[in-house]
Formats: sequence, structure tokens, C-alpha cells
Amino acid sequence: MSPRQLFSFRNQYFSVGVGVTAAVLLLAALFGFVVLPYAQPKLKFADLWDAICSAAGRPQQSPSSTAAKPTHRLSEVVLTPTTLAHPSQESIGRGATLAQRCAICHGPTGISRAESPNLAGQYVGVIYKQLLDFRSLARTNAVMSPFAAVLSDQDIADLAAYYAYLPRLPAYHPERQLAKPRVVIYGAPIRGIAPCGACHGALDNKTGSPWLEGQSEVYLKEQLQAFASGQRTNDINQQMRNIARAMTPQEIDEAAAYYASQPAEIVKSTD
Amino acid sequence: MLANRKLILAHFWLAFAVFGLALCLGAWQMFVRSPLYVWISDPEWYYRSVTAHGTVMGYVFPTLVAMGFGYAITESALEQRLVGLRWAWVGFWLIVAGAIMAMVPVALGRASVLYTFYPPLIGSAFYYIGVVLVVVGSWIWVALMSINLHVWKRAHPGDPVPLAMFANVAGSYLWAWTAVGAALELLLQIIPVALGFKATIDAGLARVLFSWTLHAIVYFWLIPAYIAFYVIVPRAIGGRLYSDTMARISFILFLIVSMPIGIHHTYADPQVGAGFKFIHSAFTAVVTLPTLFTVFTICASVEIAGRLRGGKGLLGWTAALPWENPIMLAVAFSFIMLGFGGAGGIINMSYQLNASIHNTQWITGHFHLIFGGAVVIMYFALAYDLWPHLTGRSLPDLRLVRTQLWLWFIGMMVTTFPWHWVGILGMPRRMAYYDYTDPALSPQALPVTVSAIGAFILLTSGLLFLFILARGSTASRAEAGPYRFSRPLHPVRSVPLALNSYGIWLALMIALTVTNYGYPIAALVARQDTSVPAIYVGAQ
Repeated sequence: MSPRQLFSFRNQYFSVGVGVTAAVLLLAALFGFVVLPYAQPKLKFADLWDAICSAAGRPQQSPSSTAAKPTHRLSEVVLTPTTLAHPSQESIGRGATLAQRCAICHGPTGISRAESPNLAGQYVGVIYKQLLDFRSLARTNAVMSPFAAVLSDQDIADLAAYYAYLPRLPAYHPERQLAKPRVVIYGAPIRGIAPCGACHGALDNKTGSPWLEGQSEVYLKEQLQAFASGQRTNDINQQMRNIARAMTPQEIDEAAAYYASQPAEIVKSTD
Repeated sequence: MLANRKLILAHFWLAFAVFGLALCLGAWQMFVRSPLYVWISDPEWYYRSVTAHGTVMGYVFPTLVAMGFGYAITESALEQRLVGLRWAWVGFWLIVAGAIMAMVPVALGRASVLYTFYPPLIGSAFYYIGVVLVVVGSWIWVALMSINLHVWKRAHPGDPVPLAMFANVAGSYLWAWTAVGAALELLLQIIPVALGFKATIDAGLARVLFSWTLHAIVYFWLIPAYIAFYVIVPRAIGGRLYSDTMARISFILFLIVSMPIGIHHTYADPQVGAGFKFIHSAFTAVVTLPTLFTVFTICASVEIAGRLRGGKGLLGWTAALPWENPIMLAVAFSFIMLGFGGAGGIINMSYQLNASIHNTQWITGHFHLIFGGAVVIMYFALAYDLWPHLTGRSLPDLRLVRTQLWLWFIGMMVTTFPWHWVGILGMPRRMAYYDYTDPALSPQALPVTVSAIGAFILLTSGLLFLFILARGSTASRAEAGPYRFSRPLHPVRSVPLALNSYGIWLALMIALTVTNYGYPIAALVARQDTSVPAIYVGAQ
């Protein structure tokens, strides 16, 4: 038998093989694309083609459906692990000049004497994102918003580069180091809470997540409560809101107190 | 004695050595996430271990077994010199280089992405390039299998291709085509991001491409075991192969329907249409056929052995079987595990039933039972069967061999049954830590503990296996004679061209790939809004 005879419908192996395969395929397609879509009472289709397109993964947009409008302004910042990874010396220098206006709250060396965050040595993407969010009103704060409103893109990049460049210093009011609370070590898997360190640096750093060691206890607690109540919404996938909502008030207190008591020098470098 | 002993032994020793190491990691993983241990505090170590365990057990170990067995079959079934011996060594060393290249970044914590990659997670480029080298090494084997068969066919025009070689080449073609999906995913999507040329990745498309490989790779792992069912078992227990034709049809069916079914791994993925999910579900149902044919044919072949040994009655022949023979024991255990695992597999492929066990520990239990159980126990069997022909020495202690097989069987049952059960209770997979003190999880504590004990039984059995092989390499010399395969009940004088060649079946395999994967892939490629930022693991 020559190859031409092999691929001929006179060859029973060919005809049965192709026939059965095609029959299974057509039958499965008929069920998958026509019968089953119509068998679902909740789905309404304009016509047969609409049902087929829907089953193929391409639902036809019906003109009446409109996307739900968000109730708050969304963050539009795009961050990758390499965002502002290698700033120029000029950028850091400009940032240092601009930072003079931040010093009143965040301290002349980036270490706050108020209950504001310490910025010295914070990851560059964190400062960059938060400033952009303050400017776009995705995050609001009575003191911070007016400062951010007047910053240009370049100003924001420079400030981020400057603060990331500063050495991590001990916080202004170093406290006795507390033992790690349970929620920080384990999270609470049943409630969907990951260990804090999975994003905030101790185990791994997820782009955009700040390190927390030595930050003000009041500030940390306030932010967790703001996430929990939905007052702060610039975590793009609700990752912090979901975690904060699931935390008990006691866990929030413990986590804030723990991180406030840690020295900033132990933070892992990302570069 | 086989002529290319060195080549085949190199494959087997490397396969079983890495298997031993990965088995230790597996047992450690079972232990640290069970209630028997407090908690390792850093989940990264767990994922690092899972990545190494999966990569070795999924890519390196079965590929090397299939290759080594394939070379042995080529030489003994075709009774001709292996063509391309140097290339075979090139393939072997590529796998060695690839495995080392992949495992170093994993060990350093730079590629804890698990063996299924999970984009947008991105690890070190060396990990992926190492995996690609392993695949390229195996493709050399695919080419050699095809070339050797071609050389034989030219010398024996019109003769039936020996069943062992027919199945072996079918398996190699299946692997060549099914590896294309993951290769596309790695080369076009993941490696450019890992090297820093791009910062975003279309995770949905990557998952669909991986599903192209992910299910059929299982059949590639399984084919050496099925070859052993057909060509080793009946000979080893003194029976006859019931039907040579049924064997060929089974391997042909695997070739056609193994591949266009992978989307049943992505039932929960929104980027694939429900219609295609249904088609893949339907074809997954069809893939039970070659297994059912095989179980029928092998049971019939074993019955022949039982009756030849004087067994009588409807089931009385089972008592007459040579149960002291390790191959008999292995095939019985393999079938039991295949039965339970296969039943579980039918649940996985059913669209609705899948929803209740999707991404739970049920799935890990399932593939350990099928691959680690039904398939790997046949790897043991074929290694025991081949060993005297490779070493020129007899395996010393059959009792030890039987103990090893019993331990593997018991260990696998004790490990995977509770594993399935906690999956039904809703225990998710791929997690490093479970809080068993929580009232919602406390019912899972006992089964997970039992399962971890099973893992240590498996570890004992695996180490015993290595010990037996090592002892077999130093035992007294004994000429094992030529390596032979089982004889069919009805001697095969001629085989229709369609069952003696692959043309029609390869065409059907590719056609079904186009119908079942063409649109989902094309639609995702055409869409521009589906990329997400890559998440680099171990980027610190």
C-alpha cells in the first residue's frame, strides 16, 4: 500500500479513524457551543451566532450593559520591579532640594519626629506610587494632598529617588523590640491573611509594598484602620483592604506595635 | 547482553539518582506542612523544595527513563545496531547540563515558581533555559527513535514493526508534539521576560499554551509503563500477549487524543470559552479508552499465564499466577492504583465535578497515585527486568525486591487516599502552611498526618530500590541471554500499513490540535489587553 492509498477513504483505517474523530468533535462542538449555552436559563442570547460566540469565549456586548462606575478615584500608577531602579545623581540632587519642603513632617533626614512615615531608605517604587496617588486623589490626606497637587512627574521621580537613596536610620523614638505576634509570622490562612513579611520585605518584597520597620505605631494603626473601613483605597487589587478587614482590632494593635518597635536597619535591600 | 549498556545505564542511573533526591524533598514537604511539625517560618523554603521536586519528577526523571528504555527497545526489538550513538550521548549530556542549570537557581531561591511555571511569576532565566535544554536533549532521542525505525524499515520492507518499537516511537512522537506548547510558552513568553526584554506577560495565554503540554506529558510518562505491560509482563509471568492489534490501537489512540484535552486543567480560567472546555472534556473522556483496552488485554494475557500454569475456573486461575515474581506483583499493584487513580481522573475531567475539587489537595493526591503509583511502580519493574541484561549480573534477592514493591504500594495508598479525602474537605493545594488549630481545619489534621507517614514509607521503598539496583551492580556475574519481549497469542505475520505506520494518526493528532487549540490561542494572541506585569520571585 502506497502512502496515497493510506490517506484514502478506501482505506478503512483512514475512513474509520477520520470519521469517528470528526464525529466526536462535531458532536462535542454541537453540545458545547449550541445545546449547553441554551440549556442555561440565566443566559440570554440574541441569536444562535451570539450563543456560539459566547461559548467560544467572545460574548457579544449587549448595548444595554454598562460597566459599573467606581465610587472612588482609582490608582493609575503602573509599577514594575525596575521602575526608577537606577536614578541619576542629578535626579537625587534635585530630590534633595525638593525634599526640604517635606522635612517639616518627615524630618530633615527622612526620619519623622511627628507621627508621619519615615522615608529614609524606603523602596523607591513606594514613594513614587504614593506621591502619584496623592496627586491624583486616589489617596487623600488633609496635609499631604496639597503638597502633592503641585508636584510634576519629574518632581515625584526625583523625590522618590532621593528618599530611596538615604540610609536607613534608627527611628526617632526607638523602642524595645517586641516579640513577633502570631499574625505577623503566620498571617491567618483561613481568613486569607498572608504573613506580613510575604510582601513587606522580611520574606519577600512585592513591588509597591513598603518596608514597615520603625514606622510610627500610630501611623501604621491608622492606615490599617483606613484600609479596613474603606477610607483608603489605593491598593489596586484590594490586597491590603482584604487583609485589614479580616484582621481583628487586637491583631491590628499587635502588628502596628511590633513593626514600630523594629529597627529599620534589618530591612532587606531590594537591589 | 545489550550492546549499548553504558548509554542505557547512564540514563537509568541518572534518572533513579535524581528520583531519590526528589523523593527526599517530597517526604520533607509532606512532613513540614503536616501537624507533625511546627512550621518552617519561611514559606519560600517550601516552594523552593516543591519546585525542585516537581521539576525533577516531572521533567528529568520520566524523560530519562523513557529515553533509556527507548534505547534498550531499539536495540533489542529491532535487533540492529543503534544508529546515532554519539547523538544519544549528546542528548544525555544536554539533559545533565539542563538539569544542573535549572536546579542551581532553584536551590538559590531564584526560581521558586513550581514546575508548572505559573506566570506572571517569573524566576531566573537559567531555570527556564535549563528546562529547555532538557527538552532539547529529549528531542534528540525522538529523532533517533524515528531514524532507527526508518533504517530498520528500509532493511525490512513490509515487515511488521515489533510492538515494543512501535509503541516506543509512538511515545516519542507524542512527546515531540506535546512539548511544543510549553516550548512556545517558554521561548516566546517567559524567557524574554526573565531576561528583562519585557516586563509584562500574558498569563492567560501562557496557561493555555502550558495546558497543551501539561496533560499529554502525563501520557508520555505513562507510555514506558504501558510498553512494559504489553511487552514485558506476559513474557515475565510465562503467558502470551492476548492481542498485538489491541496494543497497537491503544498506542495509536494515545497518540491522537492525549493532546487536544489539556484545557480540562483550566476549567476555572476565565480566558477560555466554555464551549472549548466542553470539547476538551469530551475528548478527555475518550482517552479512557486506550487504558480500558490495555487493562482488558493485559488481564486476558495474565489469565492465559494463569491457565497455562494449571489454573481453572472463572477466577481460580488467579491463584495459579506466579505471585512470587516481582513483575506479577508490580502489574497487580499498578492496576489497582490505576483503577482508583483513573476513577479520580474521570471526576477531574467532568466539568461540574471538577468544580468541587479544583485546586485542592485532591489533585495532588490524584497525580501522585497515577504517576507516582501506577506508572513509577512499572518503572521499577522494567528496571528490575532490564538490570541483569545491563549489568551482566543477576539481581540477588527477590524477596527484597518484593518487599520494595509492597512498600511502594502500601506507601502510595497510605499517602494518597487521605490526600484525596482532605481535598474533598476543601484543603487547597500549593500552600506552605495550614493552621490545624483552626476549627475549620482541625478535621484535616489526622488524614494529613497519616499521609505524611505514607510519604516516609515511600521514601523507605525508594531508597530500598536504589539499594537493590546498586547491589545488583556488584552481584556475581551471570549471563542473562538476549533481551526478549512477550510473544503474542497469535503470531503476527502481517500488519495493515495503517497499524504499522504513524502517518494517519499524526495527521489526526495535529488536526485535533488545530480544532481544539487553534481558536483559543489565536483569540488570546490577537487581544492586546491581556498582559499583566511580571512578578519576579527572589528578586531581592
